[in-house]
Amino acid sequence: MPRMNATRRHPVNFTLNGRAVSVEVENRMLLSDLLRHEIGLTGTHVGCEHGVCGACTVQIDGRPARACLTLAQQVRGSDVRTVEALSPNPAELSPLQAAFRRHHGLQCGFCTPGILMSLDTLLRETPDADRDEIREHLSGHLCRCTGYASIIEAALAAADELRKEEKTNA
Amino acid sequence: MKPASFDFLCPDTLEEALAALSQGGPEARVIAGGQSLVPMLNMRLARPALLVDIMRLEALRRIETSGDEISVGAGVRQAELETWTSLGRDLPLLAAVFPWIGHVQTRSRGTVCGSIAHADPSAELPLSLVTLGGWVSLRGHKQKRRVKADDFFIGMMATDLAEGEMIEAVHFPRARPGSGYAFREVGRRHGDFAIVACAAVADERGLRLGIAGVDDRPRVFSLPPLDDSQFDDAINDIAWSLNARDDFHASARYRRDLVRSLGRETLKEASRCRA
Repeated sequence: MPRMNATRRHPVNFTLNGRAVSVEVENRMLLSDLLRHEIGLTGTHVGCEHGVCGACTVQIDGRPARACLTLAQQVRGSDVRTVEALSPNPAELSPLQAAFRRHHGLQCGFCTPGILMSLDTLLRETPDADRDEIREHLSGHLCRCTGYASIIEAALAAADELRKEEKTNA
Repeated sequence: MKPASFDFLCPDTLEEALAALSQGGPEARVIAGGQSLVPMLNMRLARPALLVDIMRLEALRRIETSGDEISVGAGVRQAELETWTSLGRDLPLLAAVFPWIGHVQTRSRGTVCGSIAHADPSAELPLSLVTLGGWVSLRGHKQKRRVKADDFFIGMMATDLAEGEMIEAVHFPRARPGSGYAFREVGRRHGDFAIVACAAVADERGLRLGIAGVDDRPRVFSLPPLDDSQFDDAINDIAWSLNARDDFHASARYRRDLVRSLGRETLKEASRCRA
């Protein structure tokens, strides 16, 4: 592939929330800015912009990742999922989101999109995740409102519910 | 907090990557997972004119075992090595270390070699490579060389990497039966950079203690087999021989204290695992 000049925009193709996306970006464009400013998906929040706070966490090829530490050019051909993909339709919350609401897993909501995307991967890979595993996954996120206890309760409740759902579907 | 502009190259072959790095000189940087480099770009602590993305080079994305060595290519993500099926058997020290490297969310993108290239003096992967007595394979446009990990790290975020060179792979000696390993770390928050981290190996040749977060690079010390009464003096000597500094996170005295306590714990545990 030829060298991409800094002063021009260059195409990037990837899958975003199940749909093929094709955009033109500057090389220096971060995935977080591409999502928010170019595509208009403002559910992904931007906090520290150097990978510490976790607010911008999205899923890249099924793994939780910092959108602010990823150049848009680096997701060429990847499958990106943001918080907008969680609820099945605009009128309904996903089981994880509903548990956050029930258990007061958020107050201001700034850190929530990132936390949801991390927990979504955890509960998909480890449906019987215990308190310790949930805490371990949350260590990559900062929340200044809740003190984390209610987030952990929400995650445990969601895990419970997802396991029940799994059983009824089986 | 946005990167300055740079040219971007996503080469299809290693030769193409090396030619671009050699042409670009000091203004060219390799980007792999980007988990150390992108924060530097965002804060404009790094302003390269060219980034060479090596993640499409399939030849660099392998974990290979040959004889007594595990080679990890420059494109292997930390999460890939963390979930490698032979990790617990062949690299038990790394199995203990991985949960301490950044967070799940950074390990899924960051590479093993990227952390080695970044050479943060408190980072766990450089510490592990040095403690195990590993090697770094460097590749330039015209030359290829292999450097002992202990000689590769030369200072605070400074390495032996020459202009136009890149890390091709790092090599960890495979664990031998009858060896013991241990790791301990103290940090502000789980997943943050260590204030002090200690890794220890016990085998028939004696003990090795690696220490990160105190000097300007990970340091490793060899010790003869020690009996209980000799432990404290040996570790105290090591603690004082390090160039500990006061900084925002901890005083030099606290760091020496941590070296004494974590050093003792890891050496004891490694010796116990061996027995």
